[in-house]
Amino acid sequence: MSNEATLHSQQEVMHGAHDHHDHEHHHEDSFISKYVFSMDHKMIAKQFLITGIIWAVIGAFFSVLFRLQLGFPDATFPWLESILGHWAKGGRISAEAYYALVTMHGTILVFFVLTAGLSGTFSNLLIPLQVGARDMASPFMNCLSYWFFFLASLVMMASLFVQTGPASGGWTMYPPLSALGDASIGSKIGVDLWLTSMALFVVSQLLGGLNYISTILNMRTKGMAMTKMPLTIWAFFFTAVLGVLSFPVLLSGFILLLMDRHAGTSFYLSDIFIAGKALANEGGSAILYQHLFWFLGHPEVYIIVLPAMGMVSEVLAVNSRKPIFGYLAMIGSLFAICILAFLVWAHHMFVTGLNPFLGAFFVLLTLLIAVPSAIKVFNWITTIWRGKIHFTPASLFSIGFVSTFISGGLTGIWLGNSSIDIHLHDTYFVIAHFHIVMGVSAFFGMFAGIYHWFPKMYGRFMNNTLGYIHFWITLIGAYLIFWPMHYEGMAGMPRRYYDYSNWASFNQFEPLNHFISVVVIVVFATQLLFIFNFFYSIFKGRKMTTQNPWKATSLEWTTPINPGHGNWPGEIPEVHRWAYDYSKDGRDFIPQTEPIGPNESAH
Amino acid sequence: MSGFLAVLVVVLIFIVIFQIAKASEYVSILKGEKKAREQSNRINGFLLIAFLVLGLIGVYWCNDLLKGKILGESASEQGKGVDTLIYVTLAITGFVFVITQVLLFWFAFKYQEKEGKTAFYFPHNNKLEVIWTVIPAIALTILVAFGLKHWFQLTSEAPKDAAVVEITGKQFNWIYRYPGKDGQLGRRDFKNIDPAKGNELGVDWNDPLSKDDFIPTELHLVVGKPVKFVIGSRDVIHDVGLPHFRLKMDAVPGIPTTLWVTPRFTTKEMKEKTGNPDFTYEISCDQMCGSGHYSMRGVIVVETQEEYDKWVASQKPAYELAHPAEAAPAGAPKADSTQKAVAANIK
Repeated sequence: MSNEATLHSQQEVMHGAHDHHDHEHHHEDSFISKYVFSMDHKMIAKQFLITGIIWAVIGAFFSVLFRLQLGFPDATFPWLESILGHWAKGGRISAEAYYALVTMHGTILVFFVLTAGLSGTFSNLLIPLQVGARDMASPFMNCLSYWFFFLASLVMMASLFVQTGPASGGWTMYPPLSALGDASIGSKIGVDLWLTSMALFVVSQLLGGLNYISTILNMRTKGMAMTKMPLTIWAFFFTAVLGVLSFPVLLSGFILLLMDRHAGTSFYLSDIFIAGKALANEGGSAILYQHLFWFLGHPEVYIIVLPAMGMVSEVLAVNSRKPIFGYLAMIGSLFAICILAFLVWAHHMFVTGLNPFLGAFFVLLTLLIAVPSAIKVFNWITTIWRGKIHFTPASLFSIGFVSTFISGGLTGIWLGNSSIDIHLHDTYFVIAHFHIVMGVSAFFGMFAGIYHWFPKMYGRFMNNTLGYIHFWITLIGAYLIFWPMHYEGMAGMPRRYYDYSNWASFNQFEPLNHFISVVVIVVFATQLLFIFNFFYSIFKGRKMTTQNPWKATSLEWTTPINPGHGNWPGEIPEVHRWAYDYSKDGRDFIPQTEPIGPNESAH
Repeated sequence: MSGFLAVLVVVLIFIVIFQIAKASEYVSILKGEKKAREQSNRINGFLLIAFLVLGLIGVYWCNDLLKGKILGESASEQGKGVDTLIYVTLAITGFVFVITQVLLFWFAFKYQEKEGKTAFYFPHNNKLEVIWTVIPAIALTILVAFGLKHWFQLTSEAPKDAAVVEITGKQFNWIYRYPGKDGQLGRRDFKNIDPAKGNELGVDWNDPLSKDDFIPTELHLVVGKPVKFVIGSRDVIHDVGLPHFRLKMDAVPGIPTTLWVTPRFTTKEMKEKTGNPDFTYEISCDQMCGSGHYSMRGVIVVETQEEYDKWVASQKPAYELAHPAEAAPAGAPKADSTQKAVAANIK
């Protein structure tokens, strides 16, 4: 199909919704095949998103509960007993419940929300739409990917309701604590369910990841060279590569843990005396698990943040009406981060007794990550420089992302240096660092993505005013919550403490903890406002009347307002240029589908 | 009832916000998209710059408020270097933080969409990109060099004259063992652990070196003298956290770790320095170890050599405490032979 014809057919779709409607009737889907076991990547994206939102509410609510304990250690809340039963006798959360909540908060947010909910949603939605494919390489595997995630969710959810409670040894699940039921009540059936759920989750990630990679490599439309792809796709590509290479290592670590728990092996166990008797296990190394865990665990933080980076790059370029600055440097830095992600895992283990000489290499490689990260930050800032910025909720969240990525990234330079880590390791400084850099930032990227591509998902807009309120309270709240935590960490205040009141070195922060908890509640309530906006707008939002509301160049906006399965009613459009021709040669934007003109300047 | 009311108030606030948001959407449609867009741009642009200014003031104010609550001067020789490195890193990252945040929000404010303005097509610039690759690389090389120099000092072998103390973590307290007069710790094996017989650590009483080891409830250190900790765990992973000394080290079952430190101030001096009569050096457990993790507190007393010697003299060897009947009348060597005889009888 020539470009003329493509453009023409778009016109038709824009003005003649009826023709398009007829097209959709060609293949009728049952409710089950359309909404449940759907093989349409767009529907699967929505499934991931909504499941992720449900998990996010649960995970964030858990943080509100344990912040109540931290902020109001002496208060009692009778309603807690009515929802948590004997886990909150007399309205005060027990230590066991506190640790279960902390562990589940981490697991849920890291894996179920920011991995599945973020990259699952947007990789699925955007990869076929932006590379110009009708669907994923294997729609069936894609469908399985979601349903394995769903099964993982069910098992994890079930673990919340067992008698001895869910896993409670921290989201990192370090043995021997997680290996021995006698060491912690949560390490009874809770850890078995946790491991089962995570194994299913790994399967889901691998199915999804392989699909993303093969779709990006093989199914790009005519003319879509790798170097013409939007940065979102590059980010999803590296994310998928990271996941495919590192999740299997995590699974192997889990299998060994499962065997130590039930098959009498001693991979991680040695010299242990617990519950009044010495165990037979000898020769194992508890540190081995940490190596296996962090070999995924560190790439995992990039699995979380790379998709956010990609979407922010796209949203900033579109809303600044400028090309992303340094496109090739952006890809290069993504690639560098992807490689370095595999070479820095032991910086989580500087104080485990790791060989200091080996540690030195991890210091060097860790701080090296700051270079590609700095390149990205400067490129984003230069992207908005001399732009014509339209402040949509999406672009505001993107600016917020850059701000929190700077704030949280810089403290990474502190912690990556082992001589500072030896003081700050496992203190609130670490909490502040990673919540800002991968928690808040990744959420900001996700919000930017949701606000920006919501019209593509549902053919309607979300309410802008609610979006602005959501942004401002969340940005200010996030800084109010996490910024002061750096000081607690500088005082050596350890993380994962149920109560600090008996500690002469840490109890001076009681008023601060109180303040933080209050802000947490406000920010949580604001997120509910966002969720309300999301679901309300699906049904009642302002309708999209043009195909390309943001005047963007990329291919997803050449599809009809409500694209059917297959995305383009006619042929897939051909691509002639990169995705960032904004404000070029006096034109506001030039779609990727437009051939290079004879007099056009080269970029 | 009050809970119900609170929920009601929250729901009401939600409804009000939602109604305002809905109304503003209608208003923007009535006003025309262009006008509404201009207005929201102006408001958000203003808020961005306000956030920057108030944020930077807030950062300063927060520092003013909280800097007195962090631990003050390092109480160990080793920690001095940690603090120096923190200040150097703070200077570099603080500078970058202010510059980048100012540029980000100021550009966002300055280059907001306005009538008649056009964006500048600026896809790349090799010179700029090389500059901001090379400068961070140089800054980081400096930090790595400083950091590693100090890291190798921290993790170097303890001086030969360093005292040795063993610290063992268990759910949920610390057990300290001093080597006694001979300066050497007796052998131990986790299979010998028997709390009922006063052997919490599984010390091998047949080892003559174990006879004078003592197990106090507090950790006493001599000011200005290096001490080497041999750190282990009986059950799960713990971590010996020494916030005032700026150090920590994991306690891993089956794999002993070491850490050495030279305290600079006695507890008494710290009481005066901090103006806090209740000042205590504390050991915090810094690795999640179970439901009592937060209560795993140890107390360190740093004192002068005389005070320390007096304290050591008052300590009873653990062997004697575990074998009150035999140990009381006779000296340690005899007790050893008695036990051998008992062992022979059992055989």
